Amino acid sequence: MEEQDKLLNEVTQREYQYGFYTDIEMDIIEKGLNEDVVRTIWEKKNEPDFMLEFRLNAYRKWLKMEMPDWAYLKIPPIDFQAISYFAAPKKKPQYESLDEVDPELLETFNKLGIPLEEQKHLAGVAVDAVIDSVSVKTTFKETLAEKGIIFCSFSEALQEHPDLVKKYIGMAVPVGDNYFAALNSAVFSDGSFCYIPKGVRCPMELSTYFRINAANTGQFERTLIVADEGSYVSYLEGCTAPMRDENQLHAAVVEIIALDNAEVKYSTVQNWYPGDKDGKGGIYNFVTKRGVCRGVSSKISWTQVETGSAITWKYPSCILLGDNSVGEFYSVALTNHHQQADTGTKMIHIGKNTKSTIVSKGISAGVSDNSYRGLVKVLPGAVNSRNFSQCDSLLMGDKCGAHTFPYIEVGNKSSIVEHEATTSKIGEDQIFYCNQRGISTEDAIGMIVNGYAREVLNKLPMEFAVEAQKLLAISLEGSVG
Amino acid sequence: MLSIKNLCVSIEGKEILNGINLEIKPGEIHAIMGPNGSGKSTLANVLAGREDYEITAGEITYMGEDLMEMAPEDRARKGIFLSFQYPVEIPGVPMVNFLKTAVNEHRKFKGEKPLTAGEFLKVMREKKALVEMDTELTNRSVNEGFSGGEKKKNEIFQMALLEPKLSILDETDSGLDIDALRTVAHGVNALRSKDNATIVVTHYQRLLDYIVPDHVHVLLKGRIVKSAGKELALELEEKGYDWIKKENGEQV
Ligand SMILES: Nc1ncnc2c1ncn2[C@@H]1O[C@H](COP(=O)(O)OP(=O)(O)OP(=O)(O)O)[C@@H](O)[C@H]1O
Ligand SMILES: [Mg+2]
Repeated sequence: MEEQDKLLNEVTQREYQYGFYTDIEMDIIEKGLNEDVVRTIWEKKNEPDFMLEFRLNAYRKWLKMEMPDWAYLKIPPIDFQAISYFAAPKKKPQYESLDEVDPELLETFNKLGIPLEEQKHLAGVAVDAVIDSVSVKTTFKETLAEKGIIFCSFSEALQEHPDLVKKYIGMAVPVGDNYFAALNSAVFSDGSFCYIPKGVRCPMELSTYFRINAANTGQFERTLIVADEGSYVSYLEGCTAPMRDENQLHAAVVEIIALDNAEVKYSTVQNWYPGDKDGKGGIYNFVTKRGVCRGVSSKISWTQVETGSAITWKYPSCILLGDNSVGEFYSVALTNHHQQADTGTKMIHIGKNTKSTIVSKGISAGVSDNSYRGLVKVLPGAVNSRNFSQCDSLLMGDKCGAHTFPYIEVGNKSSIVEHEATTSKIGEDQIFYCNQRGISTEDAIGMIVNGYAREVLNKLPMEFAVEAQKLLAISLEGSVG
Repeated sequence: MLSIKNLCVSIEGKEILNGINLEIKPGEIHAIMGPNGSGKSTLANVLAGREDYEITAGEITYMGEDLMEMAPEDRARKGIFLSFQYPVEIPGVPMVNFLKTAVNEHRKFKGEKPLTAGEFLKVMREKKALVEMDTELTNRSVNEGFSGGEKKKNEIFQMALLEPKLSILDETDSGLDIDALRTVAHGVNALRSKDNATIVVTHYQRLLDYIVPDHVHVLLKGRIVKSAGKELALELEEKGYDWIKKENGEQV
């Protein structure tokens, strides 16, 4: 009991200490974007000098760039001057109790099996001290510190570990890489930073921690993960609960650096609000995710389950620089109603004997459009490299679209690139077969779709694989028969 | 148990069944024979609740209830089992998951507690022995890569697990080798009781040597044109369908 009281005390007094978002007093600055705004962000956040240069450089590049139009997406015009580029202070809880929350949202939470306390957090209900999760967080943080692992908000990292950030920021995604990455580099508000020291195996999925904070993710987030020589980390981003946000545009950047013999496994479950059945009000998600396998025999593995957002523009990629390095991309992207997704990967083979694997499973329903876009590029020096790509599309109904855009460039003769693609329709026969065994149509669809995506789901950490399975089934409710 | 009156069914405007009448009592075995395309599978599918068909007339009563009002999954839960002529593959869905879900749906419907994984595996082992189902097969995805005969065996294995009241076996014998045919037939007989009934759709007398029918019906162009005892199957084996077609005024 005493233990609990102590904990409770700690919690109420230092609620944000273990969170990702430093609780700075913030005022919203004028809408619009110019050099002064960039400067103000830097000033207010009290960042080191190199960050001003970084941000301004990015802003100047962004000014000269145009929004990309090559994706198979219909993107409504975005007024970048109508956005306020400084993170608003944390919202006050909107509700006093769960009774006030949209019952439909609660039903989804229940179907996903999200614990009650977490439901409150996600729905924006005032929460009492969440003993469980906070105590988990505390022990968590201690365990990490013992191993010398740094895991904190980006703002904190800039204060506490500026040299590390300076050394690696922009290494995977240069400021002028693309329109949205440039914008993010100029104005990003916060995000997370993770450093695993030499030879350390991170003893837990960096996920429980993140999940609690997931509801507060910013509009322009930045994540930097550095795995030093011989280290390993598995990192999970996102949340299966449907996430609403008043900001329509999201442009995040994730960078991963893996040094010699290091391995990073990055898993995402993305379920941003996709808009209503007519597609109104959904989130536009333009993300740049890239990992550099800098060291020999390093490995970066992306696993993503994408079910949300009105528009998804996302290509988690690997630059295989070190000899014998390995890149992997496992993806399930589901679109329903009016959702549009253009997603895939780039595998750039530079080092010798580099290997990459791509497994993409698209699922389209309703009147949605789902595209896979992938580049496999093997440079002349990347001798004896290998790629295997498998891109499957599953269609539900006949009003949706599935598209595959593979680009393959091989610069030497000793490398082998294989590409396989299939398109299939969810079978009435399969559904009827399940029905005939006493399984409802809804459950049957969930089962069939999960079977189709199994290869990718198997790559997720166990706990999230289970949630992701439910999520796929729920996202397709009412889409057949 | 099952009563079909004047059942007329069409698909895409084409009439396939026109006026089927059939009465099935608990404990009985009915064989349905007839040339290719005469509508046997259509009848089986309509009973199981497949939606592609338009029922233009007639009524079907199952255990005192209007069958047409029931969703296919409810028919299954209420004891109707169809052994498919062409069982489908469901890639990535492990047999064990599929079967456990099916069994537990049946249990839920009856108000019974769901079986745990351990309990289920035990039941599964028993039933596997009944039809000599290979463990290697139950470790795969549903029907994936199964040979024709293995698929049919798998159907009867599922029948054993679900313990239906009315089983409809649509050409379960085709594709089975001689030994498998005997095993499967033995399994079906072992599951027989005075409370359940079986409809056997087949082209061959061979199966009926093992599963002995009480009644044999001949389906021709969507109608049952002849019904008799088991000796009718022998007669058909010997003479084919021409004489029946002639009797029904068809040009042969
Ligand atoms: N989906 C469909 N569209 C059009 N015609 C169909 C369809 N399904 C069945 N038919 C037609 O209905 C008729 C009866 O088919 P059914 O499968 O019931 O025959 P069957 O007696 O089972 O034949 P078999 O002995 O070859 O299995 C056939 O002429 C078939 O072509
Ligand atoms: Mg047939």
